[in-house]
Amino acid sequence: MTDIAAIPPAASGFAAQLRHSRYVIAENPVTGLAFGLFVLILVAALIGPWIVPYDPLASDTAVTLQPPNLHHWFGTDQLGRDIFSRVVVATRLDFTIAVASVALVFLMGGLAGVAAGYYGGWTDRIVSRIADTIMAFPLFVLAMGIVAALGNSVQNIVLATAIINFPLYARIARAEANVRREAGFVEAARLSGNSEWRILTYQILPNVFPILVVQMSLTMGYAILNAAGLSFIGLGVRPPTPEWGIMVAEGAANIISGEWWVALFPGLALMIAVFCFNLLGDGLRDMVDPRRRT
Amino acid sequence: MLANLLRRLVTVIPTLVGVVIVTFLLTRVLPGDPAVYFAGPAATPQSIADIRKSLGLDQPLPEQFLRYVDDLAHGNLGNSLATGRPVMTEIVSRLPASAELTLFGLIVSMVIAIPLGILAAVRQGSWIDHTCRIVATAGVSLPVFFTGLLLVYLFYFRLGWAPAPLGRLDVFYDAPPQVTGFYLIDSLIAGEPEIFMASLKQLILPGLTLAIFSLAPIARMTRASMLAVLSSDFVRTARASGLSSYTVIITYAFRNAMLPLITTLGMVFSFLLGANVLVEKVFAWPGIGSFAVEALIASDFAPVQGFVLTMAVMYVALNLLIDILYGVVDPRVRLEA
Repeated sequence: MTDIAAIPPAASGFAAQLRHSRYVIAENPVTGLAFGLFVLILVAALIGPWIVPYDPLASDTAVTLQPPNLHHWFGTDQLGRDIFSRVVVATRLDFTIAVASVALVFLMGGLAGVAAGYYGGWTDRIVSRIADTIMAFPLFVLAMGIVAALGNSVQNIVLATAIINFPLYARIARAEANVRREAGFVEAARLSGNSEWRILTYQILPNVFPILVVQMSLTMGYAILNAAGLSFIGLGVRPPTPEWGIMVAEGAANIISGEWWVALFPGLALMIAVFCFNLLGDGLRDMVDPRRRT
Repeated sequence: MLANLLRRLVTVIPTLVGVVIVTFLLTRVLPGDPAVYFAGPAATPQSIADIRKSLGLDQPLPEQFLRYVDDLAHGNLGNSLATGRPVMTEIVSRLPASAELTLFGLIVSMVIAIPLGILAAVRQGSWIDHTCRIVATAGVSLPVFFTGLLLVYLFYFRLGWAPAPLGRLDVFYDAPPQVTGFYLIDSLIAGEPEIFMASLKQLILPGLTLAIFSLAPIARMTRASMLAVLSSDFVRTARASGLSSYTVIITYAFRNAMLPLITTLGMVFSFLLGANVLVEKVFAWPGIGSFAVEALIASDFAPVQGFVLTMAVMYVALNLLIDILYGVVDPRVRLEA
């Protein structure tokens, strides 16, 4: 640990936050790498369709199943579509599914959990019972069942991914709200005549928020894996839409005959995205919650 | 001990009730009319009404639920539209294939992950510790279906060591007479080492795929709980008393580190049962996962519902088993309960 005198005087607000972030990143260069990857994924998701060399849906029977070369960096698939273009364009859909499902569970699980932890009693019992019941299923299997029942669409993949993550968010939010229920600042707010609802939204929620945000980045990777797994078995995204899971599924048949590039590149993209979010989540946790730094 | 077991069994009941309610709700309350769904695209209003009546969908919801529970109690999960066979028979006949694969994967994963975790904890900061960390992080980032395909490419197409990823047994062999349904065990009972080797060869790649996937949580947990135990007083005392490092690490430390490890197994099983579906699809494994996937694609709902229910019941049973195991390993839990 550094000497107390060596710590620079605390700058206020944003500057201090920035310095702290830089300190944590410098301590763990892997987080920096993950952040770089994240920017890359973000760029691909935002402007992917405009920067790729080929139309991701255009098939060209003259160049089917070509191995990676100068014209087609990642090769072409059985319809002669450019795999590089498809992998880049797919980023947006995979990223959107993951962000949407994580945002949804953040709202559902976060609010239900905070209410359960703050009010206790029946609210708590109902929320905890729902969370326990979801946890009684193997999660991917439950997601399959939900998508099958609700109908085979991308929206339902988002919903199913959100539902299977619900217990995690609800439990964290519940525990965090519960320990703050009798905290000094909450008592003070109550004494000054704030309504329970106002305390919940202005005192409790802002305090639970950062912890849930960290949880969001930790579950992003899992959400991407889950969605890709569902589309790999043929749920949600329909071909010819470029999406990593379905592209790996399409390339599965080619693997046995040796055309490795059809499945490899979308699979690698998937892996890198998940890896990036996992590392980023760890880094973000280090920033928000220094106690758990490893 | 028996009383504790009974008490623990009672706590399973609300969970099972929840599971049954959820699987029931999956078809009945959600948007869309199951009768239209079961009648198929060429249905007339008359045939839809008939199907609604025969399915009992004209009854109020609680009544439908009772009927569903009654069917379940009689082991009736409905019929598959595609094959026309009862879902229960299909699931029972395919379950051993899935169970053999999952258990094999779990055993392989434990055989690799536990020693790795122990070594990483004992030699903290060494190359083996770093290997453990890389394996743990990569393991959770790899999509399980992608790992499977990579292994197929490498060991089947490139090296030719593994047989084609098509099911449990090469077409040249007949399945051994069924005793347990596990080909590895049945072939040994029948005294046919050739079939044993053939089915082992088919099992290795999918088993390894599952193992790689579940390695991460086991290795990470072993390392963490070993580190905690190794820094405790009784290990220091044991070391100071001059016991060999093997005795200290295995008899003193590892036996205590097993407790958190057993708790992680519950989560590992949740992962494994889900990953199982994807692995079965990659390796054309004739288990319940690939049965459910085929039914999903054909919009055949009864098998999917039966599959979700079977998996959930198995998962609940496994968690119960883990709890009992916990009591066996840690006598304190038995006393407190």
